[in-house]
Amino acid sequence: MKNYHIGSLITQGLKKKPSWKPAWRKAKPKPAYDVIIIGGGGHGLATAYYLAKNHGIKNVAILEKGPIGLGNTGRNTTTIRSNYFYPESVALYDLSLRLYENLSKELNFNIMFSQRGMMMVAHTPTQMEICNRIANAMVINGVDGELLSARQVMDKIPLWNKKKDARYKCHGGIMQNRGGVARHDAVAWGYARAADGFGVDIIENCMVEDFLLEAGQVKGVITSKGEIRADRIGITAAGGTPYLVAKLGQNLPILDYALQAFVTEPIKPCLDVVVLSLGTGTYVLQSDKGEIVFGGGLDRIPTHTQRGNLPAQETVVSGLLEMFPSFGQLKLLRQWAGVVDVVPDSSPLIGPIDTPGVYINCGWGTGGFKAIPAGGWLLAHLIAKDEHHFISEPFDLNRFNTGRLIDEATGSGIAH
Amino acid sequence: MQIFECPICGKRNETEFHFLTEAGKERPEPAEEVSDSRWAEYLYLHKSPRGKTNEIWVHIPCGEFFILQRDTVTREVYRSISLQDYRTKKGSNQTE
Repeated sequence: MKNYHIGSLITQGLKKKPSWKPAWRKAKPKPAYDVIIIGGGGHGLATAYYLAKNHGIKNVAILEKGPIGLGNTGRNTTTIRSNYFYPESVALYDLSLRLYENLSKELNFNIMFSQRGMMMVAHTPTQMEICNRIANAMVINGVDGELLSARQVMDKIPLWNKKKDARYKCHGGIMQNRGGVARHDAVAWGYARAADGFGVDIIENCMVEDFLLEAGQVKGVITSKGEIRADRIGITAAGGTPYLVAKLGQNLPILDYALQAFVTEPIKPCLDVVVLSLGTGTYVLQSDKGEIVFGGGLDRIPTHTQRGNLPAQETVVSGLLEMFPSFGQLKLLRQWAGVVDVVPDSSPLIGPIDTPGVYINCGWGTGGFKAIPAGGWLLAHLIAKDEHHFISEPFDLNRFNTGRLIDEATGSGIAH
Repeated sequence: MQIFECPICGKRNETEFHFLTEAGKERPEPAEEVSDSRWAEYLYLHKSPRGKTNEIWVHIPCGEFFILQRDTVTREVYRSISLQDYRTKKGSNQTE
């Protein structure tokens, strides 16, 4: 892999016909690998990268049913934060945030990570107390969290609804200054390029149809491109994970829902933080291109199709207009949905399943993008050593048997 | 917008309904003999099938719980079955 640097940019830029090489090879599947990763989204690509980098396991294949990074990695609203409530979650998401902070340099690929800050706006004294509680938890857990007065919030977001009859008046807020956004495609491409540089085979348009089992131990997979063997398999297929694991005769505590996102036409810079309203549940940010990107809660009906429906759209859009009435003049350019895998306690599932040799990393629900580096890091550790990293241990599937759930939906009071 | 049918109130807007869980689970009894994993399975695990499925929904305004048969991929809504009918025809309906 040739490094990108200022010199190569200038020489290529001066050429009549730049000779950039593709960032990763179009690999053909070999008959066998040490490890197979099913699912070529952010988590799968990151897992392969950290397997090679941290553990020296380079004979790895990533099998993706379509092109890489076009599932939830290419469909999210790119927010990165670690403002969670429970210590287990903060350890997990802050590992991710810290890895993101150095990722552009590490991957030699600009992921355009912009730590513009993530702000939650409270509308009532009661919500302000919740913010207080979250800020305290964040500080105790060693993460930056700062309470803001109504005045400080309004200074940050001057376009907020100030009308006398506004339904959700600003009462204050909470800020995580290290939070922000990154270019989601760049995260997938950067990890793909870096993993490919280590010799990992990225095999696109390769659908996994079934597993090869010998004496209860997994020995490989049967795909649309034939049989591929490996003794260890990592599944990072988000909403597709229950479907795959069901082929091994196991059910997961996961329900699939559609989660929608929206983008308006681009406008001049007017919003330089990520804003979530505790009242409307709508969150919004302005992309580098100037578009207003926003979203909210899940659709209400479990589904496996990447298509949202109208009641959720109405809630999210009306929430946005309540927060920023001036955005009502904008035209919506695009609206789309991804299938997210929701776990009862809104925390991910990382761990081995009943079939020896198979490990899963899923259940991120509405917040998988921010966790890509940590998800990859921890799953790679699990596959390489066949034991949990201490950060992923609490997220094992056995928490449903022991009852030690990590209920972030109630803990941090954030739409998940 | 989808239209679901409440066994009592008839066809209503989807926003009046709330999803509870997949249908067809048997509550394991007696409690003192049920293992933690069996109980967790009953409480939390889902089949999450692609295609036709039976689910328990509630019509919020009237409070009626019922079985909704629909497709999780095409979003086609087949029919609603009241819990009483579902119980009497159990076995034949579940695998349908």
